Amino acid sequence: MLISPAVPIAVENIDTDQIIPARFLKATTREGFGDNLFRDWRYDGNNNPIADFPLNNPAYSGKILVAGKNFGCGSSREHAAWAIYDYGFRVVVSSFFADIFKNNALNNAVLPVVVSDQFLNELLETIQRDPKTEVTVDLENQFISFNGKKESFQINAYKKTCLMNGYDDIDYLLSLNTEIKAYDTAHA
Amino acid sequence: MSQQKTIFEKIWDNHVVKRADGYPDAVFIDRHFIHEVTSPQAFDGLRKRGIGVFNTKRTTATADHNVPTKDQHLPIKEALSRHQVETLRKNCAEFGVELYDLGHPFQGIVHIIGPELGLTLPGMTIVCGDSHTSTHGAFGNVAFGIGTSEVEQVLATQCILQYKPKTMKIEINGKLGKGVVSKDIILYIISKISASGATGYFVEYAGDAIRSLSMEARMTICNMSIEMGARGGLIAPDETTFNYIKGRKFAPQGEAFDKAVEEWKKLKTDEGAKYDTVLTFDAADIAPMITYGTNPGMGMKVTDRIPTANELKELNEQVSFKKSLDYMGLEQGSQLLGKAIDYVFIGSCTNARIEDLREVAAMVKGKKKAAGVEVWVVPGSKQVQEQAKKEGLDKIFEAAGFELREPGCSACLGMNEDKIPAGKYCISTSNRNFEGRQGPKSRTFLASPLSAAAAAITGKVTDVREF
Repeated sequence: MLISPAVPIAVENIDTDQIIPARFLKATTREGFGDNLFRDWRYDGNNNPIADFPLNNPAYSGKILVAGKNFGCGSSREHAAWAIYDYGFRVVVSSFFADIFKNNALNNAVLPVVVSDQFLNELLETIQRDPKTEVTVDLENQFISFNGKKESFQINAYKKTCLMNGYDDIDYLLSLNTEIKAYDTAHA
Repeated sequence: MSQQKTIFEKIWDNHVVKRADGYPDAVFIDRHFIHEVTSPQAFDGLRKRGIGVFNTKRTTATADHNVPTKDQHLPIKEALSRHQVETLRKNCAEFGVELYDLGHPFQGIVHIIGPELGLTLPGMTIVCGDSHTSTHGAFGNVAFGIGTSEVEQVLATQCILQYKPKTMKIEINGKLGKGVVSKDIILYIISKISASGATGYFVEYAGDAIRSLSMEARMTICNMSIEMGARGGLIAPDETTFNYIKGRKFAPQGEAFDKAVEEWKKLKTDEGAKYDTVLTFDAADIAPMITYGTNPGMGMKVTDRIPTANELKELNEQVSFKKSLDYMGLEQGSQLLGKAIDYVFIGSCTNARIEDLREVAAMVKGKKKAAGVEVWVVPGSKQVQEQAKKEGLDKIFEAAGFELREPGCSACLGMNEDKIPAGKYCISTSNRNFEGRQGPKSRTFLASPLSAAAAAITGKVTDVREF
């Protein structure tokens, strides 16, 4: 269970080019992308922080990012999930996620929490009004709550088990080695 | 229970190695493409686990995203880019993966070389660490983009763990009007259903307007499936498909080809099979399209005016809408027709095949680009580049003042040296108009190669039907 204040970015259709612009994808490791998370919304052309962007607003903090619908659309770059994790977020809340981003997040210990439009709007407004609002995300019992408001969220059982135990898909697939080899040979 | 299946379900079910309660399907992958940007961390993962590539014959590599499109015979100038391409070389050599490196006659954008080499075939499952992998679906296969952790899965096991997406059919019937090409069809569909309208679905494109298209035109449509959120998009194979594949380098040859065609002919949706969603459009309603905003759903007929915030269906969208127009430096309710542009980019996995270059050349032959406009034509592959030269298209471009470059993703993604400067307007045949996509603060209008060519000559957004 995670209890933390949250950072609101009340913009819809945030694509992975905004989360991490392509010119920062040149690294060959997974670390360090957090410095460039939302780079072009966070810094101006002279690398000065843009004051009104939520990540630069000292009032906001925490491990939960709350964003408008269709979060993570566009490019399949897993660097977007790495950047979010590296910056320190462990949960992203939105009313809708793009498919590839959702998979990438789940593969990197970042939990995408899908809530209703109404819950999302109330959450965004509440955090903007009071940045210290504590948000609770309970993966085991699958609910999110703040100020007495509560909504349950869906996550498939397999991914939940992986997240809670730190398993990954390769562990499971490697256990199917014999079946996969047989398929490969039969379809060569 | 009905036994009728869509083509998507047939291919998917054919590739399920294991379906277990409580687990996603373990889906076998026939063809895996990799490139320099999304593969290094996957190879590192293999090293950490102490394992190799499951079947090296099923993975093909090329360098495309992070390469210059000038002087490719020289070492890459920028250190990080050079290191990334060298890392791909090292990884491919160490793990035994075939690499079509810079300078190789088969090098090019990953989604262009697969089809042209006959590596992309009907009925396959195909993945790549790139969202535009949906391009390959034009051949009647299940092709989709994946993240790097999944690239590692495929390298390690030749399988991927996935939940089966829902199915959507998009039917386009009727005859396309003058000046309307496949890029306009897909921009039109996305403008109708939005940038998230097909999220969670795998799309099948059908209808006589789709059937009438060439393979290259079909690829443009499938390419942009991801821009409406779809997992992928496919078109059932037909004679057009088989004729395209015949004789390609890695395609089955002779008798093996004939036998394959018999199997491929079975790849169609059964009569009575159910889709989760069906959408139908009339080809006659489609006009040359252009985008005005910062996601591909923000598109319109080139003669339309930009909507106003009050015309949007949902109040929620207004903030993002205004932010988008502000970024683009455009007014609500205004027209784009006649708007001056600074750059023209003809390229990318969406529109950098030989037919695209031929269409552009036919249109600009004997004409000259507008003063002050910079025009880049970036072929999708070495083979496209060579073919263009063989046909004398290079001479036409040169005479028009267009710059024909070397193959790569180029100005589609603002990663390599080719970037559109801040504040400049670019009419682009690529697939994304996101903020900063073509370079920090660049402004993109997505359009067809015809519309881009017309704009190059006039220097402004032009209705190609009036050109």
